[in-house]
Amino acid sequence: MSNILEISNVNKTFGGLHALSDINLKVEEGLIHAIIGPNGAGKSTLLNCCIGKLIPDTGSVTFNGRDMIGMQPHDINHAGMVRVFQTPEIFPELSLLDNVMIPALAKRDGTFKFNPFAAMSKENEIREHAMSVLADVGLDRFHDQHAGSISRGDKRRLELAMGLIQEPALLLLDEPTAGMARHDTNRTIDLLNQIKERGMTKIIIEHDMHVVFSLADRISVLAQGRIIETGTPEEIRNSQKVKEAYLGEEADDE
Amino acid sequence: MKDLLKSNMAVMVIFTVVVLTAPIWLEPIGASYPDLLQKFAIFGVFAIGFNILFGLTGYLSFGHAAFLGVGSYTAVWSFKLLSMNVLPAIIFAVIVSGLFSLVIGFISLRRSGIYFSILTLAFAQMSYSLAYSVLTPITNGETGLQLTLNDPRVVDGMFGIPVTNSLPSTNFFGISMSGYSGFYFCAVFLIIAFYISLKIFRSPYGMKLLAIKSNQTRMKYTGFNTRPYLLSAFVISGMFAGLAGSLMAVTDPLAGAERMQWTASGEVVLMTILGGMGTLIGPLLGVGIIKYFENIFSALNEAALHEAFSFLPEFLGNIMVVIANPFVGEGWHLTLGALFMIVVIFLPGGVMEGIGRIAKLFRKDKAGSDVLTEDVVASSSEKTDGGKS
Amino acid sequence: MDEILLQILNGLDKGGAYALIALGLTLTFGTLGVVNFAHGALFMLGAFVAVSVQNILTISERVRDESITFFEAYKEVPYLEIWWGETGTMIIDYVVPISILVAIPVMLLIGVAMERGLIKHFYKRTHAEQILVTFGLAIVLQEIVKANFGANPIPTPAPDIVSGSAPVGAWLGLSENLVYPYWRMIYLAFAAVIIFGVFAFLRFTTFGMVVRAGMADRETVGLLGINVQRRFTIVFGLAAVVAGLAGVMYTPILPPDYHMGMDFLVLSFVVVVVGGMGSLEGAVLAGFLLGILQSFASMNEVKQILPGIDQVIIYLVAVVVLLVRPRGLLGREGVMED
Repeated sequence: MSNILEISNVNKTFGGLHALSDINLKVEEGLIHAIIGPNGAGKSTLLNCCIGKLIPDTGSVTFNGRDMIGMQPHDINHAGMVRVFQTPEIFPELSLLDNVMIPALAKRDGTFKFNPFAAMSKENEIREHAMSVLADVGLDRFHDQHAGSISRGDKRRLELAMGLIQEPALLLLDEPTAGMARHDTNRTIDLLNQIKERGMTKIIIEHDMHVVFSLADRISVLAQGRIIETGTPEEIRNSQKVKEAYLGEEADDE
Repeated sequence: MKDLLKSNMAVMVIFTVVVLTAPIWLEPIGASYPDLLQKFAIFGVFAIGFNILFGLTGYLSFGHAAFLGVGSYTAVWSFKLLSMNVLPAIIFAVIVSGLFSLVIGFISLRRSGIYFSILTLAFAQMSYSLAYSVLTPITNGETGLQLTLNDPRVVDGMFGIPVTNSLPSTNFFGISMSGYSGFYFCAVFLIIAFYISLKIFRSPYGMKLLAIKSNQTRMKYTGFNTRPYLLSAFVISGMFAGLAGSLMAVTDPLAGAERMQWTASGEVVLMTILGGMGTLIGPLLGVGIIKYFENIFSALNEAALHEAFSFLPEFLGNIMVVIANPFVGEGWHLTLGALFMIVVIFLPGGVMEGIGRIAKLFRKDKAGSDVLTEDVVASSSEKTDGGKS
Repeated sequence: MDEILLQILNGLDKGGAYALIALGLTLTFGTLGVVNFAHGALFMLGAFVAVSVQNILTISERVRDESITFFEAYKEVPYLEIWWGETGTMIIDYVVPISILVAIPVMLLIGVAMERGLIKHFYKRTHAEQILVTFGLAIVLQEIVKANFGANPIPTPAPDIVSGSAPVGAWLGLSENLVYPYWRMIYLAFAAVIIFGVFAFLRFTTFGMVVRAGMADRETVGLLGINVQRRFTIVFGLAAVVAGLAGVMYTPILPPDYHMGMDFLVLSFVVVVVGGMGSLEGAVLAGFLLGILQSFASMNEVKQILPGIDQVIIYLVAVVVLLVRPRGLLGREGVMED
């Protein structure tokens, strides 16, 4: 199996604070790779370095053989790395359907397409595709509601749909189930497991160990800006280092 | 009705009929004379263009009057140098204002929010100041650019159009551009402008602009390079402004720098807001209301007021005159400013929002339990096809 | 050398006006988060407080002009002169200083009324809406002034005693030609006093500390349970007083007319942006800097090389600053940026 994403020697400091120190991470194609770690471990910073929101001080981020550092966010998106945000970044004034159609249009039209005389009403293919993805996340019944008016959990699922419709080679999920009720969380897990067959690689940042251990093929543990262990769920469960650094605190939950 | 309005064809037929019959149905309110009708059409083009930028992307430009002025100057120069035919004047005006807005837009759009507003304002004020001072050879400074008897008019000369002792008037292949023919000429451009705006509002391009307004950051991470989207919208609206400016010169061939002042930019902002930004028809309603009342109010004076309130007992009438007097005639701008505030405070969505609210009331009466679903459909289609429900 | 000094002096008083207006503008922006397009109108209202005071002091009676003997001539004599003779004349002569005393309560009242009546409802609205509603208010205010005072500039002279010019050149051992009007000098000193006053108020009073904390982090201060509302009102009133006083004092330099506020508003916004949104020091620095720059740009030698530069220099600076350093000279990072 080849590595779709390789992060090597990435460092990032804010002021005097080492947010990331010497991160090396290889993500294999087709797997679900979870990154776990306590709050402030640098998980979100790492994701931001991948999608071009932050530029690391040193090191490289290679995606599908291409160096991503310094690339514009929209170019990274088109290279096939798409992020699903932790706090919903949706288009609140638009309908759910429009929210999902826009990323589909991005996939088709590229970074810029000037077509002021094409008719939205004739975009049937994209609309149907968007409806089917909405159905996948269970939001198709509300497709004509304003995205700003739905519940927080539904917004998270809308976020997911917006990422999924682009069928990226690598999907970065930032706590996809945070703020969801238990049965919604389970549905999301099922959904993510279902689409595993489509060959999409995923990186998941999660707090919820239930989610991590029911989904992930690989787990990396991040603590204080360093990756302390990477392995299969089984290996992580039994790792002494991880227990000390992280799982110890969570032992009561499990 | 709603399905009917979803068809572009139907909308355009209705719109065309309404515009072309304006001299008839505006007769009863005394607004059917050509001067005013021309103003409606010209400012309509201006506001439609402005709305493509402000209504769709949310970028508030305080400098669009600069493009209007550039359009006017270009058109008058075309009359002076080439021909009194209006067609080349309009074409050149649109091209020049398009280039001008490309430059200003390219720079201004590097910033957003209030910084963008201030950048556009700064550019417009610069254009205005320069038009008054150094650029006098091009703009004729305070006097304004006018036709003169010894203008070359090269093309007219080639076609052997006789030189007369009086100033020639603008024409469209021989048809004089004064009076009603001037209005119909402008009306054709209004219809074309409306059609373009309708197409944009209902296109994937327009939807992306709307999404930029809603959440620009997300658009970037969704794979869109937002800068060219914004710039193209800016240039389109700049060209519309240039077109409007040239039409002003067509109906009255002179151009002055005061057309570029930022208060003139403020006027088009007001029109768009008053009618309802981001809706197709709103800006036109705003234009109609403002230009109509400007006309009525600024013509009124104290004597006319006394007459208007003569049905009241004399002392009541006198009180009304005292109250109303500051708002009419010279005081028209006071009315305008007050109107501006009232709209922003109470009806940020403009007249179109007001209509929407009233429509909702009626629907509630009739439909009863269907209200909820109805509302949802209406409001979502409002966003995609611009409030035409 | 003389020329350069003269231009600096000329730029300083204009810069003082810019700094004072921009100070209030950035204060309201920094604490209240409101973009106030009616701030220029406050400057204008201040100037017209002086005009009103002048009008009131010179309420006159028509009396027979004794100096003209061969026909019946009448002249207007202010009551003050009739009642108090010389003293009355002197009071009228000191109209601008008197106006300052009047302007403080009047402007405070106007500011508070404006904030309570309108601005406070717009804290949560978008910047575009704030711009629009205050723009409307500015139009209303200037039209009211126009309706009451007419459209022409109204001369409001400074007291006679300071009407001349100071031989600055002679003082400094330079050319005799280098003179600087006393009033402009006073304006400059006045601006400095007000600026230091505002800074001292913000630095050394508890109230000021809260305001400064609010400028740094508005949400946190709100969460501390401090009565933010009342402080906002006072800050807005303060900004109105500063703008108004700048207007009163400027009347002898520029006879006020109804649209002077708009002219200064655009410039002061530029000043605020150049100085850095929400930075008080930046506003003052940029105000003086731009004033001086503008006066250099209007030198004939400069205009010959770059025609029209005097008209656009300030806007040009604004454009360059916004593009190169969007947070302005002294602005903090992240204020109003994307």
